[in-house]
Amino acid sequence: MTTIAITSEGPTLEDALDPRFGRAAGFIIADPDTMEYRYVDNGTAQAMAQAAGIQAAETVAGTGAKTVLTGYVGPKAFNALSAVGIQVAQNLENITVREAIERYRQGNLELADTPNWVGRGR
Amino acid sequence: MKIAIASGKGGTGKTTVSASLVHVWPRPVVAVDLDVEEPNLHLFLKPDINRTVPAYLEIPAANEDKCTRCRACADLCQFKAITVIADTLLLSPEMCHGCGGCLAVCPEGALTPSRRQLGDVSMGTVGERDFIMGRLRVGEAMSPPLMRVVKSYLDGLCDGRDVDIIIDAPPGVSCPAVSAVMDSDLIVLVTEPTPFGNYDLQLAYRAFSELGIPMTVVINRDGIGDDSVDVFCRRKNLPVLARIPYLEEIARGYANGRIVADTSAHLSQMFADMGGRLSELRAARGEVSNA
Repeated sequence: MTTIAITSEGPTLEDALDPRFGRAAGFIIADPDTMEYRYVDNGTAQAMAQAAGIQAAETVAGTGAKTVLTGYVGPKAFNALSAVGIQVAQNLENITVREAIERYRQGNLELADTPNWVGRGR
Repeated sequence: MKIAIASGKGGTGKTTVSASLVHVWPRPVVAVDLDVEEPNLHLFLKPDINRTVPAYLEIPAANEDKCTRCRACADLCQFKAITVIADTLLLSPEMCHGCGGCLAVCPEGALTPSRRQLGDVSMGTVGERDFIMGRLRVGEAMSPPLMRVVKSYLDGLCDGRDVDIIIDAPPGVSCPAVSAVMDSDLIVLVTEPTPFGNYDLQLAYRAFSELGIPMTVVINRDGIGDDSVDVFCRRKNLPVLARIPYLEEIARGYANGRIVADTSAHLSQMFADMGGRLSELRAARGEVSNA
């Protein structure tokens, strides 16, 4: 069984995919074969002044997910995800979590080898 | 006397005031540029730089074989500069604030001191006056640690000498601005008489009030905007040290890289008066606090 994490603005499959990774509202942790899922809140990372991406990567790693579907991943978060072998599909926006999972199931997503967002945070 | 020239809003004239005060200062003085993210005091004072040294921050390096993933460092670090994710020790060197806590708590000796270059410190002279500045490395996000290094060189330079210090501080009211002004004797807040200038002046006043350091205001580009800055200063009993008129000759001088106090006799006199009033303010506050 594979588990994937989708950045989500809410706790259901019909919620919008949250294009932000580090500051996403939360993650839908789903099994794309059975469509079983659960929601993990990302409040801890959202509240951090900095390093939200690293915290979010830690949260995702803790769920056992091996792939993340999201919009924008900064370099530090990308580095953290890579370090623990989690793959990233990025550039997703204006779709629901369910649509993102469908695209994953169809193999219609490219896995990234570099982050697509250079953060300016400090 | 150590005077910090600061402002909530950027572009109000900190460097104009700093350079001119240094130029007319009647006593030995060190000019310090602590706006390390974008230092520009040297463009006006044109110092002869005789020494530039790199500045570093101590950060951890890891020996993965010795690390037992106990998380002592990860639990301590508030910046996620060192953490353990799914049995992987992950270092993000650019996030490290250099507190040394991880090195202290590691029970396995798996961490050793390494370093990250913050930028460099340049020292020199402007005629009889000393000059020192920090310049942040491009890509480096943390300026307060570099400012601490600049200040340590400043301490060395001033040791045992009767010398005044004029600091060109960074704008804003966050860590860099507070770091620059926190150990000064007097803070000069440069603002412009506009709603925007007034708003940021109020932010700076509120932030720096916590430090208990006397403050005074210089209104630059006097004649534009409204009277909101004056109203605020009266209400808070903040002395207005000087008003710099909104004049084309000042803008022209600045754009040509000239020290404004050096562009005309009356501007030179204006800054000399400003310096005199600063000394009086300092003396007056000193008596109050010593009483």
